[in-house]
Parts: sequence; structure tokens; C-alpha cells
Amino acid sequence: MNGVKEFSLLDLLALVIRRDLVLAMRRRADVLTTLIFFVMIVSLFPLGVGPEMNMLRKMAPGVLWVAALLSSMLSLGRLFSADYLDGTLEQMMLAPQSLSVLVLGKMAAHWMVSGLPLVLMAPVLGLQFDMSMQALGVLIAGLLLGTPILSMVGAIGAALTLGLRGGGVLLSLLVLPLCIPVLIFGAGAVEAVSGGLSAASHLSLLGALFVLALVFTPWVTAQALRISME
Amino acid sequence: MLEVSNLACSRGDHRLFSGLSFTLRPGQIMQVQGANGSGKTSLLRTLCGFMAQDEGTIAWCGEKICDLDEDYYAEMLYLGHLNAIKDELNALENLRISAGFSGAKLDEKEALSALRRMGLRGRERLPTKALSQGQRRRVALARLLVSEAKLWILDEPLTALDVGAVALIQELLGEHLARQGMVIFTTHQPLQVAGIEMHSLSLP
Repeated sequence: MNGVKEFSLLDLLALVIRRDLVLAMRRRADVLTTLIFFVMIVSLFPLGVGPEMNMLRKMAPGVLWVAALLSSMLSLGRLFSADYLDGTLEQMMLAPQSLSVLVLGKMAAHWMVSGLPLVLMAPVLGLQFDMSMQALGVLIAGLLLGTPILSMVGAIGAALTLGLRGGGVLLSLLVLPLCIPVLIFGAGAVEAVSGGLSAASHLSLLGALFVLALVFTPWVTAQALRISME
Repeated sequence: MLEVSNLACSRGDHRLFSGLSFTLRPGQIMQVQGANGSGKTSLLRTLCGFMAQDEGTIAWCGEKICDLDEDYYAEMLYLGHLNAIKDELNALENLRISAGFSGAKLDEKEALSALRRMGLRGRERLPTKALSQGQRRRVALARLLVSEAKLWILDEPLTALDVGAVALIQELLGEHLARQGMVIFTTHQPLQVAGIEMHSLSLP
């Protein structure tokens, strides 16, 4: 109407991320549940297994990674469902720019809200397991590369199960097997460092998975959303 | 120009309509009529590309909408049963974000003046969960004011609106048609646009 300016793809990306972050800030309970769930699971292990240092140190990477995997499942169901229910998703699909970019923005915001807090919390929890500083460093690097993959792969599942009854369980069944490589390389990196080897190979493979996910998952998720909208 | 020829749609196994053809030219307005369940919403959703048709073609300016894809979306605006507004955001944020999705950068002044014209003065910065149904609908309809789309697809735009808002919508439709815009809509309420012939399409 009056002096409408064109929107670039980057503007759109920024708009979606900002919007989802504002929404998350105004619904803080959702964010906190993911984080508290993560802390709970990880803290239960030393209590259940007993305080034997060697064993705790050995299982720490696996426990932290599995806990991160499970807690990221918690928030995936909400990734698209709110937008689906109030009709915003319809408007997003009619966006004249690419839907994939919109989806990428939602993935990024999801990671900042549910993945990043886990990464920041992990070193504190690692101390409970008496992990060495070097192992903690690799754990953080691995989680930094790995948690975005969980958000991106999870988004495909979230899009496919949109609007289904009992979608949450189905979502976990769909996504968890796909995340196994991330778990193997992420936990493997920490174990390698603890065993005196280099973590570089594990981390590079995680990096490769990250790039692969970054390229393909937004498009696949966009297609899945179109199927779910019919 | 929107050309629909020989369109057939079904929901599940149930055939809603078939052999539907019509043309919508610049400056024309068309009301889709039919009983509940006759496929009005399905027709509009098919025109948006949300649903695939069983048969027939939908063409925008001579090209099929499935080929045009994003170029078509840049020229159309859809307002469905759902308002597409977020309870946690205020009216101003909602309007600016939905304008962003449709590819337009809207500054605060333009957004405020659109909301004020929709009769939401003083409520621009209230969270939309504090607004009534009719006011939420007005927030959603404010998108009509800031859109440059040629084709408006409106599904029951008058739901929950009071008499004043209905008059305002009639005025907006009139302005849009005068700019050579096109409108296709459904409603169960009487809607007249002054000085413009209303085309109608009846679904069986």
C-alpha cells in the first residue's frame, strides 16, 4: 500500500527467529521443562549407580548424550503444533519466499531455546561425574555440533506427525533411530579423549553430519509440512 | 486473472464437486455459495494450493499455480477460519510479523494506522489474548489494509464481526476492487459492495 519494502531471505530468517524467541520468552515454562528434565535424568544416574568414581567417569559421556537426546525430544512436539493450531502455519506456507528458509529459522530458534541451554548446562553436570577438563571441552564441542542436528532431524519428524493423535510417541519412534549416529560420534569423541586418543575424527564426522543436515533437512521438513497440511 | 477449469475436489472418498469452471477478472468479486459441507472451504484451500485437486487446472495469469508456486503466493492473500494470530503477542507485533511472512516490511507507523482504521485504537499493544473474538478477527483483517496482493481469498471474513466492522470490510473490498483487485470469498451473511456487481458461484 504505502511504500512497502521488499523482504530479503535473511530478513525473513531473522524475523522468524526473533518471533520464536519472543514467544519462548513469554512461555518460559516450556523452556524450563526441557532443561530441568535434562538435569534430572543426568542427576539420577549417580544416585542409582552408586558413587564409584571410575564407573561414573566411564559412563558420563553416554549418560549426558542420551539425556540430551531424550530432552530434545520433549520440546520437538511443540515445534510446529502451536503454529498449526492457530493457522500461522498456513500463512507461512503462503509466504512468497522460500518455506525452507522459514523452516530453517524455526529450527534455529528451537535450538537456541532447547539445545543451547543443554550445552551450557552440560559442563556443570559433567562435574558430577568427575569428568576431566579436557573431556568436558570435547563434550561441549560435541554437543555444540550435535544438538543442532537433533533439532533439524527432529523437525522432519515433527512436521510428519503434525496434527496426529499420539504424535509425541510416534515422533520419538521416528526420530530417535535417526539420531543414533549423532549419539555414537558425540559420546565416542569424549571417550576417545578420555582414553588418550584424539577426538578430531569423531568431531569431524559430527561436523559432516551437521552440514548434511543443514543442507537437506529444511527442504525435507518443508515438503513434510506441505503433506501434513492437506 | 484467475482461471479455474473443470476442477474436481474430494475429501477422503467423498467427491465434493466436479466440473467446476469459472474466471475471475481484475475488478471482480465472487461469492462462493453452498450449504455446510458443500466444499466452499475446500475450494478456497485448493485455490491456495494447500490441497491438491483431483482433476482440472487452476491458472493465474495463464500459468498453472503449481508451476508458479512462490510467484503466485506473492500476489495472493488468504484469510482462513483461523486468525493466525498469537495470543502471546500484541496486535502490533502480530500484524508486523504476518506482513513479514507475506514479504512486506511494515514500519510501526503503518501498522499502527492500519490497526486504528480497524477500530483497535488503544488496544494496539495489548496481548491478543486479552481481546475479544471480534477484535482478534479485526487484527487478522488488518492484513488486508497492508497487503499489496491482487487476489484476496477470504473464508468467512465476517465471522464474529459487529455491524460497524462489516461496513468497514465492505468499504475495504470496494477500495480493493477499484484498484483492479480480485476477491473470492465465502460468507453466510449478506455482503454488498456499493456499485459493484457480485458474481456468485454455487456449489451443489
